[in-house]
Amino acid sequence: MKAKHQRLILALVALSGVAGAGVLAASALRDEAAYFRTPVEIEGGKAEVGEAMRLGGMVAKGSIVRQSDGLTIRFVATDGKASVPVEYTGIVPDLFGEESGMVADGRMRADGTFVADRILAKHDERYMPPQMGDMPKNMKAPATT
Amino acid sequence: MHAYANPTRFLAIAKPLTPWLLGIGLLLVLAGGWAGLAMVPGDYKQGETARILYVHVPSAWLGMGGWTSLAIAGLIQLVWRHPLSGIAARAIAVPGMLFTALCLATGSIWGRPTWGTWWEWDGRMTSMLVLLFLYAGFIALTSGDDGQRQGGSLSRGAAIYALVGAINIPIINRSVVWWNSLHQGPSITLGGSSIDGALLWPLLLTVLGFSLLFGAIVLMRMRRIIADNRVAARLRRLADEED
Repeated sequence: MKAKHQRLILALVALSGVAGAGVLAASALRDEAAYFRTPVEIEGGKAEVGEAMRLGGMVAKGSIVRQSDGLTIRFVATDGKASVPVEYTGIVPDLFGEESGMVADGRMRADGTFVADRILAKHDERYMPPQMGDMPKNMKAPATT
Repeated sequence: MHAYANPTRFLAIAKPLTPWLLGIGLLLVLAGGWAGLAMVPGDYKQGETARILYVHVPSAWLGMGGWTSLAIAGLIQLVWRHPLSGIAARAIAVPGMLFTALCLATGSIWGRPTWGTWWEWDGRMTSMLVLLFLYAGFIALTSGDDGQRQGGSLSRGAAIYALVGAINIPIINRSVVWWNSLHQGPSITLGGSSIDGALLWPLLLTVLGFSLLFGAIVLMRMRRIIADNRVAARLRRLADEED
């Protein structure tokens, strides 16, 4: 066997070893590296009352209610399987809206409401012109201003 | 394959190729940039903000593609010891890092108006930042080392570093699939594109254009390293003759 073949085999063996280690580490991180928890995970008991965490989900249609102080909003975050009521006082990003993704920093209150200190908007991977006629049913065009 | 590993033959191809890559690349970037900014409509949801993708996406692709080629060069250096592989790896590192930084910067600028934050430690952003640090490590490892003064080959350590760092590339690619993240999922996959055709075509122009520019920069840097080598070799010969 030529020296370069030996080096090739050695390099490939070492590389597959490192790749295997990387995949193992990545899958072990599966839960820990998640940026947020979903409503179904919270329903499954993955949230202590008062524990700082992030909640991610879609804002349920027709659920945003502005409170009388004008700053506090309440809405329902859902992942299709479970939903969590959220309360937030402050200014939301422009893209925040019903039937759109959001991520909230905050903690669960004993009554089962998630109290957010901060809200980020999450958008999906679709890009299209505003006047597209054949939009998927779960999206609606924004009010043109 | 060995034929193209010869620096003289390489130069005979690289020299006339460089201005073509540079010229066509610049033209495509300008055309794609103009089309993306002025010709196509804004996104249905994000409006004008989404236009930054015409720079953000090519930067991300070149940052990751750069390290992939750097790792392949490292493997060739380790196994076949081609004289050009180390030169190529050294030439790729700086533009690769530059495009990774451009991807992070444009992503941050894009994140503020859409998500409401300049930076979050989600899987995609964190793994891309790791790529930036990997490039910085590679440049530190290969600057002023023995190989730089002796033909441009990589040390075994630097070649192994390039290979091991490649583990991060599939992690970046899969980060939005494996872990829930603030960054949205992939728009362009083997199955197709969720970017509508009306918004997609300028992106194809800028991706191709920036890739050609990247190629031109790498060729110029490789030629410069080879030229340095020749100067060093000539000086050494002159010094020997005087002895």
